[in-house]
Amino acid sequence: MSTSRQIGVRVRVDPIACDAYGYCAELLPERVTLDEWGYPIVDGTPVDPHLVSLATRAAAVCPRRAVLLETVMVDR
Amino acid sequence: MLATSSSALWYTTRATGTVALVLLTGTMVLGILTAGRARTRSWPAFAQADLHKRVSLLAMVFLALHVLTAVLDTYVNVGWGAILVPFSSPYRPVWTGLGTVGVDLLAAVAISSALRQRIGASTWRGIHWLAYGSWPVAMAHSLGMGTDASRMWMAGLAAACSLAVVGSLAWRMIDHQKNRARALAAGARTRAVPARHAAPKRAPVLRRAPTRRWPSAPPSWPSTRPTPSRRTETAIEILEREHS
Amino acid sequence: MTDLALAPAERLLPSGPGGNAGPGLDAHLDRHGDLRIPTRKDPAWRAGILWAVAASGLVGRGGAGFPAVAKWDSVAHRSRRPVVVVNAMEGEPASAKDRVLLACSPHLVLDGAYVAATAVGASEIVVCVADHSQPAAASIEAAIAERRRAGTAVVRASVQRPPGRYVTGEESALAGWLESRRALPALRTDKSVPVTIGRRPALVHNAETLSQLALIARHGPEWFRAMGTAEAPGSTLVTVTGAVRQPGVLEVELGTPLVDILARAGLDTELSAVLLGGYGGAWLDPSRLSTPYAPGPLTAAGGTQGVGVVIALPATSCGVAETARIVRYMAGESAGQCGPCVFGLPAIADDLEELWAGRAVRGVLERITTRAAAVDGRGACRHPDGASRVVRTALAVFAADAAAHAEGRPCGGHVAPTVLTLPGPTADRRVR
Repeated sequence: MSTSRQIGVRVRVDPIACDAYGYCAELLPERVTLDEWGYPIVDGTPVDPHLVSLATRAAAVCPRRAVLLETVMVDR
Repeated sequence: MLATSSSALWYTTRATGTVALVLLTGTMVLGILTAGRARTRSWPAFAQADLHKRVSLLAMVFLALHVLTAVLDTYVNVGWGAILVPFSSPYRPVWTGLGTVGVDLLAAVAISSALRQRIGASTWRGIHWLAYGSWPVAMAHSLGMGTDASRMWMAGLAAACSLAVVGSLAWRMIDHQKNRARALAAGARTRAVPARHAAPKRAPVLRRAPTRRWPSAPPSWPSTRPTPSRRTETAIEILEREHS
Repeated sequence: MTDLALAPAERLLPSGPGGNAGPGLDAHLDRHGDLRIPTRKDPAWRAGILWAVAASGLVGRGGAGFPAVAKWDSVAHRSRRPVVVVNAMEGEPASAKDRVLLACSPHLVLDGAYVAATAVGASEIVVCVADHSQPAAASIEAAIAERRRAGTAVVRASVQRPPGRYVTGEESALAGWLESRRALPALRTDKSVPVTIGRRPALVHNAETLSQLALIARHGPEWFRAMGTAEAPGSTLVTVTGAVRQPGVLEVELGTPLVDILARAGLDTELSAVLLGGYGGAWLDPSRLSTPYAPGPLTAAGGTQGVGVVIALPATSCGVAETARIVRYMAGESAGQCGPCVFGLPAIADDLEELWAGRAVRGVLERITTRAAAVDGRGACRHPDGASRVVRTALAVFAADAAAHAEGRPCGGHVAPTVLTLPGPTADRRVR
C-alpha cells in the first residue's frame, strides 16, 4: 500500500492587502467563508484538483491581489 | 452608388454610436456597482466585475467601428487626425471634439488595463478614474451632434441612460458615506477611509561605516571548542554535528 | 539548576544596593571583565561564537522565543552588509525590563550588539528606544559616547527614537519605521527571509537577548546553562507589578516557581488571578502559581512567558473590568491594516464593556468567545492573537465572575479602583 506525493495548492490571504471584496468566497466557498465584517476565513487544507482552476481564478480576480496560492506536497 | 455606400456608412456610424453609448452606460453602471460592492445571492460581485470588463470591451469594439465609419465616410469630412486630437475636425469641431476626448480617455483606460501588471496599482486606479469623465463627454457628443437627438426614441434613450448613471452614482455616494463613518469609527486604514497616506520620502537613517584596523584577539573562555574548518559553518550545521 | 531559587540571579542587573557602582564603562569592565571582539574578519572567532550561541540554547527575550542563532543564519551571507537593530522599544506598557536594562547595564547591551554585529558582518548598529523613554535613551547614548572616547567602539552605533506605540516594537514594523518612517507590521510568509531596511537585511534582537549574548561570549555556554532548566536555560528579566509590596524588575532563574517570584516582590494578599506575558498575554488561575517560570511549563498551564510580565490581580479587583480595559487598549493600538483586527477587537471590547456594566444581552459570552476565536491568527502580526488569548483565558479564569456579570449581577469589583495601568487613549492613530 503506497501513498503518492503530489503537488497540491493551498489558498492563503494577505490580510494587509485584503479589502473585503469577497470575490474569493464567492468563487471558492469550499475553502473561503466570510466573517461578520466581510473578511475571508480561509481553510488551509489543499484544494481538491477539480477546484484548482477556481482557486487560480480567485487569485487572478481579486482587486487587491490579496489571494496567494502556495504549492505544497500532499500525500494522496 | 457613392451615395448609397456613403449613406450606409453614415447609418452605421449613427447606429454603432448609439450602441456604444448604451454599452458605455452599462459599463459605467456596472463599474459603480462593482466599486460599491453591491451583490445579491444570484448576482455575485465577481460576476459583476467580470461583466463590467466584458461590456467595456464590447463598447470599445462598437466605438472603434463608430470612429472608423465616421472617418471613412466622405459625406462629412472628419479627418484621420480627429480620432485622437480633439477639436481638430473640419466638420463640427466642437461636438466631434467632445467625442474625441471620450475616445482619448477610454483609450488611456484600456491601455492602462492591458499593462496592469507593469504599472503600479495606484497608477492604474488613478487612470481608471478618468473613465468617469468619458461618459458625460460621450453623452454630450451624442446629443450635441444632433443627427438623431431630436427623435423621440433617442431622447428617451438618453434620459434612461442618464437616469441609470445618476441613480447608481447617488447610491454609491450614500453607501460610501455610511461605510466610511463606520470604518473611521473603528480607525481603519482599509477601504472606505480618507485617501491613503502617501508614502513619505525615504528618510536617510543608515550610512556606510568607515573601515578601521584593530588587532584581533580570540575569545578567552575555556571549553571544548571544535577546531574551525576552513569554510564557515552555519549554526544549524554545528547543531546537527552536535546531535549526530 | 541551582537550589537557591529564592536568591536573586545576578547576571544582567547590578546586584543589591551595595553592588551598584553605576552604569559607566569602568564599572562594567570591573564587574564583567574584558571582552575582545575582533574587528577584522576572524573565521575562528566567528565559528566559536556561533557554536557558543547554538550550544547555549539562547532564545529571544522579546516575546516570540525564537532561537537566537537561527536569525543569524538568515542575515549573514547576503549580498549586502546587515544592520543590527537593538529592539528596546518595549511597546508592552506593563513591561519595564528593557528600560531598566538600558539604564543599569547599557554596556552589556552594547557588548552583545557588537558581538552580533561582528558575527554576522554588520556594518552598523541602531539602538531603538521609544520616544517617551528619556532615561533609557540618555543612558545608552552616554554609553555609546563613552565607547567612542575609549576607542573600543567596534561598530558604528546610533540611537533612534521611534514613536512608542504597541506595534512599533514588532520586528517588521520597526524595520519599516527605520526605512520609511511608517511603523506598520508586514506579512512574513517565510521566517527564513530576514526583515530588510531598504535592501539591507536587518538582524533585530531584543535588548535583553543581546545582554545575555554578551555574557555567553565572555563565559561560554556551559556557564550560561548552569542556571535554568535543560529546555529553558539561563536567567530572564521579569517585571512584577500589581498587588505586590515591591513592584519592579527582577532577574530570575528560568524554572523558578511563579509563587517564589511573587514572594520576592512582596506578595501578601489573596489573588484572583495573575496576568502573564503582558496585555497581549494570558490570565492564570491562582491555583497554578506553583508552575515553574519557563516557556514550556507556563504554556502547558495555560499561561505564557511573553515579554516577562507578571501582574498580580488582588481578589478585591474585578477581572472582567480589567480585561475590558485591556481589550479596549489593544483595539486602539491596532495598526489598522487588517480587517479582522480593526473591526473585531473594538467589537469584543464593546461586548466586554457591556458585560462589565451588567448591561449584557443574552448570549454575549458565546459571542465574545466566537469573535475571539475569529480574530485569532487572522492578522499580519500577532497583535490580535494576543488580544484573543487574553479574552479566552479571562473567560476561563473568571468564569464564575463573568457568568454573574452576564446575568446582570456585576460584582462589587467594577467600582473598585483598577489595578492595571494603561496609557490614556491617544487621539493620534498614526504610527509614525
